[in-house]
Amino acid sequence: MDKEQSREIIMENYLHPQNRDLPHDGYDAINTRNESCIDNINLYIKWNEDILEDIVFDGEACAVSISSTSIMIKNLIGKKAKEALEYIKEFYHMTNGDDFNQELLGDACCYLEVSKQGNRKVCANLPLKGIEKAILEKIK
Amino acid sequence: MNRDDFPLLKEDIIYFDNGATSLKPKCVIDKMNDYYTNYPANTHRGDYDLSFKVDQEYEEARELVRDFIHAKYLEEIVFTSGTTESLNMIVNGFFANLLEANDEVLITSSEHASNILPWFRLARKMGIKINYIPLDSNYYVTLDHIKKALTANTKVISIAGITNVIGDIRPIKQICKLAHENNIFVVLDGAQMVPHLPIDVLNLDVDFLAFSAHKMCGPTGVGVLYGKKELLEHLEPIVLGGGMNESFDNPSEVILSELPTRLEAGTRNIAGVIGFGEAIKYLNKIGMDNIYKYELELRKYLIDKLLPLKHIDIINIESDSGIVTFNVANVFSQDVAYYLNKYNICVRAGNHCAKILKSSVGVNNTVRVSLYFYNTFEEIDSLVELLSDYDKIVKEMI
Repeated sequence: MDKEQSREIIMENYLHPQNRDLPHDGYDAINTRNESCIDNINLYIKWNEDILEDIVFDGEACAVSISSTSIMIKNLIGKKAKEALEYIKEFYHMTNGDDFNQELLGDACCYLEVSKQGNRKVCANLPLKGIEKAILEKIK
Repeated sequence: MNRDDFPLLKEDIIYFDNGATSLKPKCVIDKMNDYYTNYPANTHRGDYDLSFKVDQEYEEARELVRDFIHAKYLEEIVFTSGTTESLNMIVNGFFANLLEANDEVLITSSEHASNILPWFRLARKMGIKINYIPLDSNYYVTLDHIKKALTANTKVISIAGITNVIGDIRPIKQICKLAHENNIFVVLDGAQMVPHLPIDVLNLDVDFLAFSAHKMCGPTGVGVLYGKKELLEHLEPIVLGGGMNESFDNPSEVILSELPTRLEAGTRNIAGVIGFGEAIKYLNKIGMDNIYKYELELRKYLIDKLLPLKHIDIINIESDSGIVTFNVANVFSQDVAYYLNKYNICVRAGNHCAKILKSSVGVNNTVRVSLYFYNTFEEIDSLVELLSDYDKIVKEMI
């Protein structure tokens, strides 16, 4: 994925994010925010046993956090809790600059370069930190 | 002004985040290195030459601070770790022992967290009330609004001299006069004020003042708590330990040192204090009047250049300080900051620790340019050129 393709995916998901919505009944809420106290996203998760049946979000954040939330939602819905944790682990590998499973991450690979800029890694990871916390809470 | 004094400014970088912290001139860095290299002893301890020199330098810094803010007595100057610690000492060491349930403290919604959270805790623990002085349409504090907010129970007005988001200069002298006519104490958060314009605590007649060295060319980890001597005598030390006691034979016979040592427990940031003294000498050489005048010229230049840009919404067009806060239409403030960072321009994005300002201004996050005397008109030209091209901002924000 080249720089321009990555940018297009990020901008598309920022301008038209997946499932930016208010929660309905039966959704668990979790807030996720970063230390610079700007990005602030609420995630709402609907479980069907250990399957992430639906995720919606609202909140205020930068282009990287919003788009990352959108892509994560798109890629995690329908996954079992443990599969989702595996996906999240690979995402962290990518943003940490380690080897990672490109095939598994799919279009989320668009953050490979962006996450090397300043504090942007934190922005890209933000939604995954939130959903990871929710999953660990669910399966503990 | 004086750009050659700052090693960082020899690099290709434009630093517009002076509200967060200022750059350090070489003389301050050298002064601290000199302490660590040539006389790194402790204060108030040894009967040997090195320690004597430390005491001289440390106390000279105190005298420089006293003179800088025009305090009457040397013992009114207490070195702390910064504005935050100073404000916490004032609230928890003085007012916690003085106020009673239902007493009222007046603040504003544009205060920094450091001038809100200590009061909030006191409200939870003691039942005091926190009331807000309403801001006018420019988000300013006016005497009329303060008068309306006063009640028979108001005991303290605790406000910033200049706020870190709006940058308005509060009429502190008039506020003190009004407050004292009503037996109300005034606490002044000077973090954004003392570095930028001449200050005279006697003329203002403030009861307490807090400010930080690092926002005025000094090192991090050093600040000042000023209090009128008769009030400071009643400020209970929050931290007890070495260097602040005379004797402690048993729990009921503890004798503490005199002011200001009593409020400076433990080994202080000695290099920082000495470096701060050098920073004050440096600012004095330039002249605080000159600094303020120049910052206003820079600000006017920036505002005049930003105003024609339709996609820029300036939050504080009218302010009389070097703080300019704005948003770019439909672009999150952090994305603007990242865009400018690509061109080595440092600005702050966020809520600037003034979270409750949202209730007044209606926006959560902004971009903030905060100027200091070493900024230039040419740097502003570079900033404005980048902000002028909306398509470029959107294209390059990620």
